[in-house]
Amino acid sequence: MAKSTSSDAQMLIRSLRTAYAATPTNLKIIDVYVVYAIVTAVIQVVYMGVVGSFPFNSFLSGVLFCVGTAVLAVCLRIQVNKENKEFKDLPPERPYADFVLCNLVLHLVIMNFLG
Amino acid sequence: MARNLRLLGFLALIYASLSISGAAVIRPINEAHQSAALELFVPINGSFGSLEETYEALKTFQILGVEKGAEISHATCPVVVEKLGSSLSTSKDLFHALRVNSILGCQIDSRTFEDVASKLQALIKDANSLLDFHYAVGGLLYIKDQGINVILSDADGTFHSIKALSQSDGRWRYDSNSAESSTYAAGIALETIAGVVSLADRKLDQSKIGIVKNDIVKLFDSIKSYDDGTLYFDEKHVDASEYKGPLSTSASVVRGVTAFATVASGRLNIPSDKMLGLAKFFLSIGIPGSTKDLFNQIESLSCLKNNRVSIPLILSLPSTVLSLTSKDQLKVEVTTVFGSAAPPLTVSLVQAFHSDSKDTPVLENQELQFDSENTIHYLDIIPLKLDVGKYTLIFEISLHDPENVNTYATGGRTSLMSFVTGSIKIDKAEIGILESGAGGSETLQKLDLSRDSTLSLSANHLQKLRLSFQLITPLGHNFKPHQVFLKLRHETNVEHIFVMESSARQFKITLDFLGFVERFYYLSGKYKIELTVGDAAMENSFLRALGHIELDLPEPPEKAAHPPPQPVDPYLRFGPKQEISHIFRAPEKRPPKELSLAFLALTLLPFVGFLIGLMRLGVNLKGFPSSTVPAAFSMLFHAGIAAVLSLYVLFWLKLDLFTTLKALGFLGVLLVFVGHRTLSYHASTTAKLKSS
Repeated sequence: MAKSTSSDAQMLIRSLRTAYAATPTNLKIIDVYVVYAIVTAVIQVVYMGVVGSFPFNSFLSGVLFCVGTAVLAVCLRIQVNKENKEFKDLPPERPYADFVLCNLVLHLVIMNFLG
Repeated sequence: MARNLRLLGFLALIYASLSISGAAVIRPINEAHQSAALELFVPINGSFGSLEETYEALKTFQILGVEKGAEISHATCPVVVEKLGSSLSTSKDLFHALRVNSILGCQIDSRTFEDVASKLQALIKDANSLLDFHYAVGGLLYIKDQGINVILSDADGTFHSIKALSQSDGRWRYDSNSAESSTYAAGIALETIAGVVSLADRKLDQSKIGIVKNDIVKLFDSIKSYDDGTLYFDEKHVDASEYKGPLSTSASVVRGVTAFATVASGRLNIPSDKMLGLAKFFLSIGIPGSTKDLFNQIESLSCLKNNRVSIPLILSLPSTVLSLTSKDQLKVEVTTVFGSAAPPLTVSLVQAFHSDSKDTPVLENQELQFDSENTIHYLDIIPLKLDVGKYTLIFEISLHDPENVNTYATGGRTSLMSFVTGSIKIDKAEIGILESGAGGSETLQKLDLSRDSTLSLSANHLQKLRLSFQLITPLGHNFKPHQVFLKLRHETNVEHIFVMESSARQFKITLDFLGFVERFYYLSGKYKIELTVGDAAMENSFLRALGHIELDLPEPPEKAAHPPPQPVDPYLRFGPKQEISHIFRAPEKRPPKELSLAFLALTLLPFVGFLIGLMRLGVNLKGFPSSTVPAAFSMLFHAGIAAVLSLYVLFWLKLDLFTTLKALGFLGVLLVFVGHRTLSYHASTTAKLKSS
């Protein structure tokens, strides 16, 4: 049983990988960006765990920025993905402009909260 | 100790001032008035102010014998000349100008005087108020003094017009419209009438003069008096805006009455006591503090000095304290109000009363001898065996020349206060501690109270302290001073003061400590003993430290009163205050620097990973537009984003939100415009690519 599960798992991973390789490059770029943002957030949480949360606002702003930008990137990915039926007629520049604008606003708010 | 002496002196001063029963010491005018005049009347830029003030100053200095004309004439004479020459001057201006000129003697030709005289004559015809008459008649009098021949044409008419304003009680109204009459106006009216009489071409009807004399007598019925025999005039109805005090009112009446008495033939029926009372009133002011008061005082006294009614003679004591130790003589001065010599007279001390026995006189009918060198009447008091104390002396003046009786006012009997002081002998002083109970042994030790002692006694609460002594005057009688205090002061400065009782022969006190335990707040310890004996008539009043007594009092019960807190040195509040220790919030524990830097590096690591990932994915810039205009827009777009991000960095480093938002607004508009262009171009190219 364990063997089948482990081989099932391996098969799953392999099929995921091949399917993922088929995604277009721009989506992959966005994925890398999301991973980058999440990893940065995790590192900040680990740091807070080590030293304590004294400038709490700084910690929050750092973590929430990473999470926010990851969320915005995910929104972009949804809208740009050609396989999504709802956004078929939309040229990809529009969500990209939204992404840029929202990111700039997020940057301002976080910079203000950083202290 | 200094505080006690000060207290003693203060109390003695109060007693001395009270004993003179509210009367000011009356002394004739002397150099103090001259220096006061020099202090009060100070010319500013060579002039005293208005012409009225100038006249007051100059007249005061003239009477007191100070020469001031030279300094003033330079600035004042032009004003006088201008006023006399101007056709716009009122009668008041002319009057004041002529008055000042009469003292300064400015160079004015007789033509001007004649013009002014004719102007004033015309003003008299049209005048209807008292002050108009006063200024015009007064002005004409001053012109007459300059040597110009001035005659008042209608003297009778003028007299009637002025007399019409008089009231039945001797006062005058200012004009026919006013209902209130005033004593001050009466003085002015009498002065004006005197001027009219002297300016008239022929003598006025004697009946008219008699009517005015009656008015004066009625006016003098309203005279008021103080307790010490001074008399003065005051207004009956007090109108706050027009009120002139007793000094101004009395001065005005004196001026008027003396001026009238000079021109009227025959005598005025005013008792000489009233003239003397008025003179005393002016002298009792002492040295006034304002220029107007000083002028009124000096000018009235000058009018009284040589008046035709009766000349007051002032009897005064140059010093009210006579010392038996230095064998002083009782000295009395009789002078005119200005301190010049009186006619030959004798002063006799009719009666002298000691303050203790107000009914039986101690002395009677002593004649004082006259020292013609110093013009002082004196009496040797040593042979008279006067004891120390406060005395009321009653003097009487008798003039040598019987004709002078009507000319001079001597005032009958004058009562004055005087102190006789001497050195008091302290005898038979004894102090000791007694056991309580009737059969206590008396171990008293002798005390010498002529100097401080350093006794060392000790007692407990069951014993008594006893002190006794005798006080003998120079004549050998028992003396009862005002202050005989025994003070016990603890080491902590808590004081207790006891008054010693006097019996027929001695002063003594017995402090029974049993009864005083609570009063002493149960404080045991060393108490300093001090004895105070003092009186105004005692030349050797003293405060002696007698030593100390060690008191042993029982323990205080729980509810005993605490001794009162001693006064703290009031300057201690300016000393340094208590140190304040602030409690700060403990600062948060920060991580060590190396750890933070390590994590900073760790945070930047994912960025590196991101870049590596991008390169592995084959990121390229092929989509970048090649032609110039869109390329420029794209460049601007990316530059705009970079600018916004760098603005944010700047905001975090040093800018504030408002500046950032302003810059952001500007950049944002630019970015939107450029971005729209870029992205629409990009969209159109991809669409073209797709369709093709």
